[in-house]
Amino acid sequence: MTTLTAARAAAGPDAVAHRPRVRGFTAERVFITRSFIHTIRDVDTMMMAVLLPTMLMLMFTYIFGNAIDPSGGYVDYVVPGIILLCAGFGASTTAISVSRDMSTGIIDRFRTMPLRSGAVLTGHVAVSLVRNLIATAIVIGVALLVGFRPSATPLEWLAAFGMVALYILTITYLFAAIGLAAPSPEAASGYGFILLFLPYVSSAFVPVDTMPEWLQWVAENQPITPVIETIRALLMGTPVGDSAWWAVGWCAAIIAIAAAWGAWLFRRKSGRR
Amino acid sequence: MQLAIEARGLRKAFGRTEVLAGLDLAVPAGSVFALLGPNGAGKTTTINILTTLVAPDSGTAAVMGRDLLREPAAVQQCIALTGQAAAVDEVLTARENLVMMGRLSGLARRDARLRATELIARFDLEQAADRRVATYSGGMRRRLDLALSLVVQVPVLFLDEPTTGLDTRSRQELWAVIRSLADAGTTIFLTTQYLEEADRLADRIAVLDRGRIAAEGTADELKSRVGGDVVELRDADGVLLRELPTDGSVHGLRAAIDELDRAALAGADGVQVTIRRPSLDDVFLAITADRPAAAAEASAPELIATN
Repeated sequence: MTTLTAARAAAGPDAVAHRPRVRGFTAERVFITRSFIHTIRDVDTMMMAVLLPTMLMLMFTYIFGNAIDPSGGYVDYVVPGIILLCAGFGASTTAISVSRDMSTGIIDRFRTMPLRSGAVLTGHVAVSLVRNLIATAIVIGVALLVGFRPSATPLEWLAAFGMVALYILTITYLFAAIGLAAPSPEAASGYGFILLFLPYVSSAFVPVDTMPEWLQWVAENQPITPVIETIRALLMGTPVGDSAWWAVGWCAAIIAIAAAWGAWLFRRKSGRR
Repeated sequence: MQLAIEARGLRKAFGRTEVLAGLDLAVPAGSVFALLGPNGAGKTTTINILTTLVAPDSGTAAVMGRDLLREPAAVQQCIALTGQAAAVDEVLTARENLVMMGRLSGLARRDARLRATELIARFDLEQAADRRVATYSGGMRRRLDLALSLVVQVPVLFLDEPTTGLDTRSRQELWAVIRSLADAGTTIFLTTQYLEEADRLADRIAVLDRGRIAAEGTADELKSRVGGDVVELRDADGVLLRELPTDGSVHGLRAAIDELDRAALAGADGVQVTIRRPSLDDVFLAITADRPAAAAEASAPELIATN
């Protein structure tokens, strides 16, 4: 830019005005669009979102499946576990996105504007939900190809997707809070790792009663197990018991805690980089 | 005189470190105000408080007559911030950044797009407008960063070290833009560690030292505060050997020359004595002289401070 264009810039038509407050859910809409563009431009994440569900489904069916259940019925057992595993991986990128936003100056710019700057997080969460529901659809699609035969009615399918969506929201909120707590995007990715192991210590891949006794207690009382049992009951017609209540209760409680923790971190980190 | 920014007794500590120790500010509307200080003097904290990012521990402040603590949203409607780290979205293009900011500033989609095109032309970003910001040079990023603050032209613009890390050419370009914004009536509050920047841009300059305003005035007022001319001693190659400020009197001048004589520096071959007006560097060092660390941090030329 030459000094000449700069001088011309000065004479621009803009009169000094005030920045109006944004109305309704405009900020949320804008930030969801932003996160959506981020997702589709992040080729690695997109590849993972498609490839991981496919690979895991094939691996658990053809490599572990026959060893665990020689009768060939393992695919019917394992689908809910794969769905949660993929959702966990998919949602973990939220921690990195949130942490990246916090470590650049962009969040401070939003915070000095008359809008709900927390809507930035809403954008990341909403896009994670959509991305992981697509990953769930891929898991189910591949599962059907390799012999998954669910007994669910349309209403049960809907309820199962509802349960999966609630789980995705829960783990995404948790990852968003981890992203806020982490000092850097790299740390965010590391901190979130432990959450990805939770599905293994549940009824996702093997029945809980095959585990050592002390581990059984952990597996039965951690939030993943009731979620798995609820999805399995809806898809395969196994008895649901009180799993659905436990699943919804756990998810609601974790979302409440993660949201409160996240809101606190978001305020505290203001203006500090 | 209408004040765009007014602060009284601002204090802020992070843990045990006191960053601001009772800061007072009065910035007239329509002026360019430079807050000058070494790293760690509290410049960014001051900006963070005035832009509602951080609450002060005590003290009051108002922007365009709106109290920062009682009416933060009203203050936010009057300000724009271009911070130290480029606050741009690297994954988006310049156009997408500008449209996003327009939408967040309450413009309708169509208006946001029009405004984006306008600013892209104005900041000479046409070539790269639809490329991701991640591919931009430092100068382009800063221009976009400033453009984002102008999507809606607000009365008060905060610039935190706007030209740090830029090459000379980009710095000159940015100065021209800032000057032109000021001419159009925007109040500009900028922080800088470059004395030349403050000298060139600012109507009024405040020197921030240890969390307080140590001196304030126009560049000329500040320069006259350090008193008289500066005696410089240079060798045959023009390398500065020593410089001594004087109080401007004949006696003071002679004392300075005697001092150089005593130091046996003036006798060597080709050594030349010149006398010049004090610069802002002299002011800055004179004001912060009782703290050697501050002088070392500020990238000012080496000189002997006497006061």
